Amino acid sequence: MTALLEVRDLSVVFDGFRAIDGVDFTVQNGELRFLIGPNGAGKTTLIDIITGLTKPTTGTVVFDGKSLAGKREHERVRLGIGRTFQTSVVFEELTVLENLDLAASFRRPLWQLLARRKGVVAAVEQALETTGLGDLATRKAGVLSHGQRQWLEIGMLIAQGPRLLLLDEPVAGMSSDERARTGELLTSIAKDHTVIVIEHDMEFLRRYASQVTVLHEGKVLIEGSVDEVRADPRVQEVYLGRAREEAAHDAVS
Amino acid sequence: MTAVLEKPTQLTPEKPPRQWKGPAVFVAVAIIALVVMPLLLEPFRLGLLAKYLCYAIVALGIGLAWGQGGMLTLGQGVFFGLGGYAMGMFLKLNDAGGDLPDFMVWSGVEQLPALWAPFGNPVFALAMVVVVPLVVAVLLGTLVFRQRVRGAYFAILTQALAAAMVILLVGQQGLTGGTNGLTNFFDFFGNDVAAESTQRGLYLTVAIVLGVLYLAAWQLVRSRFGRLLLAVRDGEDRVRFLGYNPATVKTITFAISAVMAGIAGALFVPVVGIISPALLGVVPSLELVVAVAVGGRFALAGAVLGAVVMGYAKTYFSEELPDAWLYLQGALFILVMTLAPKGIVGVAAALRGRLRKEASA
Repeated sequence: MTALLEVRDLSVVFDGFRAIDGVDFTVQNGELRFLIGPNGAGKTTLIDIITGLTKPTTGTVVFDGKSLAGKREHERVRLGIGRTFQTSVVFEELTVLENLDLAASFRRPLWQLLARRKGVVAAVEQALETTGLGDLATRKAGVLSHGQRQWLEIGMLIAQGPRLLLLDEPVAGMSSDERARTGELLTSIAKDHTVIVIEHDMEFLRRYASQVTVLHEGKVLIEGSVDEVRADPRVQEVYLGRAREEAAHDAVS
Repeated sequence: MTAVLEKPTQLTPEKPPRQWKGPAVFVAVAIIALVVMPLLLEPFRLGLLAKYLCYAIVALGIGLAWGQGGMLTLGQGVFFGLGGYAMGMFLKLNDAGGDLPDFMVWSGVEQLPALWAPFGNPVFALAMVVVVPLVVAVLLGTLVFRQRVRGAYFAILTQALAAAMVILLVGQQGLTGGTNGLTNFFDFFGNDVAAESTQRGLYLTVAIVLGVLYLAAWQLVRSRFGRLLLAVRDGEDRVRFLGYNPATVKTITFAISAVMAGIAGALFVPVVGIISPALLGVVPSLELVVAVAVGGRFALAGAVLGAVVMGYAKTYFSEELPDAWLYLQGALFILVMTLAPKGIVGVAAALRGRLRKEASA
């Protein structure tokens, strides 16, 4: 196994606040890695830096042996890095099929885009099948439920054919049924993709994660298997401390 | 009817086979425009319609850029003017027949400016009608969209460009004819430009060009590129993460709309007989945007319809109630933007839907 993603000594400072503070982070080819940590730990910021949305203050990101410095968002997608967002963004005026088709077509030369879509390409068909959205293919994405939107986004990600998938809280706001389906979806995607998932939900983590990285206040707190991480007293302190505070807060309000 | 209704109620299928409807309407409109109107209208009125159809070509471009691509361009007059002046310069040189154009003599210019010389060649002049707007739009788009300038900032920028263009044209009296612009044309490719037969031919040319550009725009909207354009309009930042560069998509679309405006300007010159700063400044640029909004910016047909309807309305009210027109235009724009954002086309579709519902109830 070789490293697909190597993050070295990464820091980012927003107005004097160190959102990421000297992070080293390596993901091997074929891995399914969970990234957890309390609010404000820097998880989304880390993903934003990898995908080019945020520029790091110091440090390097190397993808498949190539530095990503100076590469813009769409150029990183072209190298094979795909992501979803916490609040899913799909194109509501387009049908589910058209959303997936656009995601699958970015490698085509521009002049080919001027032709109408004829039929359904294999990558789109597979994405429809994997996400179970086949029945909704000709519906506008605007009518989808929250969970279906998240699946469509994951489907668009699969249709892109990326080498590294970054999922930002894919089960946030989902019902328990939807969570279970998303978990299965995740498991099947992870079979032949390298995936990094940000997740808050401990139950989801316990069921579907193997390797976990815990971020806390912009630093890597611990890396290891789910059991190791769960047993670590620092993680318990970070999470349970928060939980205690939140419980106290809830009780007051 | 009742017999049909006795069947168990079924959900209407997702896509009823109505593929013929669009083409049928297009053919019907084409027959009306190419056959009925020339027979029906007296030459003066046919000339007016030709003028509105020129505006409709600009509107088609605005419909693409604004309705489909979300780029509110308030400066299409610039490209209209570039095309118009290219044509006007050729016609002036052609009429002058080797001498200096009349307005240059009046301005005391003694030698033909170097900028003018190549426009004596009709092939060069016609090429410039397309090339100059294209190059200007691509340069502007590349600079602006790369820097992620959009929304109101883009709108203001294009409007400022229209204002600057007027100042430039007015200031260069000897080169551009100043406020008067270029006018007094006599010959149009061997025909008397004012003759009835020439004007009829010009009307037919404008109608055909509009039809061809409409079909091209229609094809573009239906293509993958068209879907991508909608995606850029609704979520430019998300499109980056699909691996596309939105700046490229926007620049191409903006350039297409600019070329359409340029062609419209070039056709406008022989039809109306003049191109001047007053025809391409901020006000005419805005009027066309209002027309597109009134017709329905999200449909290409709405943009074309809006330009023709507002053209007629302007002529009618200027003849009958000259003072009321400006207020009416403003009120109509506010009304459409607040109550019927999809314009006439949207209202018509909603009415049709309601009628169908009542018919089946």
